[in-house]
Parts: sequence; C-alpha cells; structure tokens
Amino acid sequence: MSTNTHAAGAHDHHHEGGHAHSTFSGYMLGFVLSVVLTAIPFWLVMSGALPSKQITALVIMAFAIVQIIVHMVYFLHMNTTSENGWTMMALIFTIVMVVIALSGSLWVMSHLNSNMMPVHQMTGMK
Amino acid sequence: MTIAVNPSQTGEPVFYLADEHPHPEGYSTSLGFWIYLMSDCLIFAILFATYGVLGGNYAAGPAPKDLFDLNLVAVNTSMLLLSSITYGFAMLTMQQNKVAQTQIWLAITGLFGLAFIGIELTEFAHMIHEGATPQRSAFLSAFFTLVGTHGLHVTCGLIWLVTLMVQVGKFGLIEANRRRLMCLSMFWHFLDVVWIGVFTFVYLLGVLR
Repeated sequence: MSTNTHAAGAHDHHHEGGHAHSTFSGYMLGFVLSVVLTAIPFWLVMSGALPSKQITALVIMAFAIVQIIVHMVYFLHMNTTSENGWTMMALIFTIVMVVIALSGSLWVMSHLNSNMMPVHQMTGMK
Repeated sequence: MTIAVNPSQTGEPVFYLADEHPHPEGYSTSLGFWIYLMSDCLIFAILFATYGVLGGNYAAGPAPKDLFDLNLVAVNTSMLLLSSITYGFAMLTMQQNKVAQTQIWLAITGLFGLAFIGIELTEFAHMIHEGATPQRSAFLSAFFTLVGTHGLHVTCGLIWLVTLMVQVGKFGLIEANRRRLMCLSMFWHFLDVVWIGVFTFVYLLGVLR
C-alpha cells in the first residue's frame, strides 16, 4: 500500500496499520545488498587485506551500520509515514537510548579501568 | 476525540467525551509490536554494552582468536540471512493468498532457523568442551549471555513459526493470521538486524583484537 492510497483508504477493510506492502524486487535488492555487505567484512577480516587492524575495524563497523539500515528499509519496511510516523519516532528514541547506553558504558568503564591502580602496585603497598 | 456540548433540560451544558469510532481488531497491533521490538532492542543494547566493557577480560583464559571459527560464523550468518529472505517470500505469497506456498516458505524459513540454532549449539558445545565455559572469564560470561540471548530469541521465533503454521493450516490466511505473520516477520527480521551487530562486534572485531 503506497502512502497515497493509504491516506485515502485508511478505513479500508484491508487496513494493515500503514505498513508498506512488500515487493519481490524490494526483498531481492535487500537480500543482494545484505549478502555483499556481509561478505566484504568477513573477507576483510579473514584475509587481512587492509594494512592496519584499526582501519579494518572502522571499515567493518561502517559496513555493519549500512547493513542495518538496509535491513530496516528493505526487510522491516521502515519509513517516515507508517503509523503516522510513530514507528519512526519510537525508532529514533530507541537509537538515542542505545547510543547513550553504549557510549556511556564504554566511556565510563574505560576511564575506570585506566584510572584503577594495577594489581601488582596494590600488593606492593602493603 | 471531540467534546460535544449537549444542552440538557436545565439549560446547563453537559460535557462528555464522544466515543471514538470503533477500530477494527488489531488496529494498533503493528505499532504495539514495533514498540515491543524497540524495548527488546534496549535489552540487546545493554548486553552489547556489557560485552563491550568485559570483552577484553580473559582472566588468562582463551581469547576470541583461540575460540572463534570465522568459517562457521559465516555459514551461520548466511543461514540467518537466507531465512530472512525466505520469510520475505512467505509474506509475498501470503499477499497473493496462496496458502500452500506460504506454508512451504514458512517451513523453509524454519529449517534455516533450525540450522542456525544447530550450528550455534554445536559451537557452544565445542567451546564448553574445551573449557571455555561461561564461568571461565568475564569475556566468556558476557559472550554467552549476549549470543545466548539472541539464540533464545531465535528459538522462540521458531516455536512461534510452528504455531503459526498450525494456525494457517487450520484456519487459512484469515485476517488475524495475516496480522500474526506480519508480527513474526518483524520479529524475525529484527533478530537478523541484531545478528549483524553480533557477528560484527563479537566475532569479527573479536578476531581482529
């Protein structure tokens, strides 16, 4: 159901909560993109094609983010209009929460780790 | 939601909330289910954060490099990805009202999901056999909690899938079953999204580390 017909047919019998109808080409495109976006990071890590580990890590994280977006669009049919935009609102809120939880935990705990006295020094202080 | 004014006999206005027009059954199911998925997403975010914090604490035990077999993980990832596309085909045939074909695609999805769980359990059994149990180190505790929770979700999805196949077999593709299949579709694809995070941050970055 496209967005235009959705607006007109909001009280249709076949009302499906404003979810976009899936198409074969949409699924296939999503699948092919996913395969490519999965295969490249695996190949990068298994072959060690890139010179430094840090670059490889950044590249595969970028691939993961792109693949998550591909899944969201082609498999979960996310768009800004479904449910009058409430699914998108819930998603954005969740992303904010996830970013705070992840970055906050990692940041605080790495500081805690680096500021903690090493064990061998602690035993030497007795 | 309009407030109508009804002049009563005394002449005083009476305010009341007019009833909303009745919504069809399952009107808000997909939004509600989406919000559930988002809350599930927060569970996984916390587990990822835990793994991120503890993932380097090996306690002189095995490191990811010693434990993970990327070939196996690649096979596992493809199982889940294939199950995603076959579920997509099930949704497409459902839209065309083809009951038998929908059932076949659902069954294929279930088999791929079962293969995924099987490979994962084999991997776990292999690790535990080598002494890499959840009790061994903080890294392994966090690993088994995160990957195990995902595996548990997939297992629940499989049980749900079989339940829906029985439902569709009994009642056909009625409106309620379509709605349920739509919810499972969101659940299944969501688990695939979580798996992207798992194979990237746990397996690939773990081996790189």
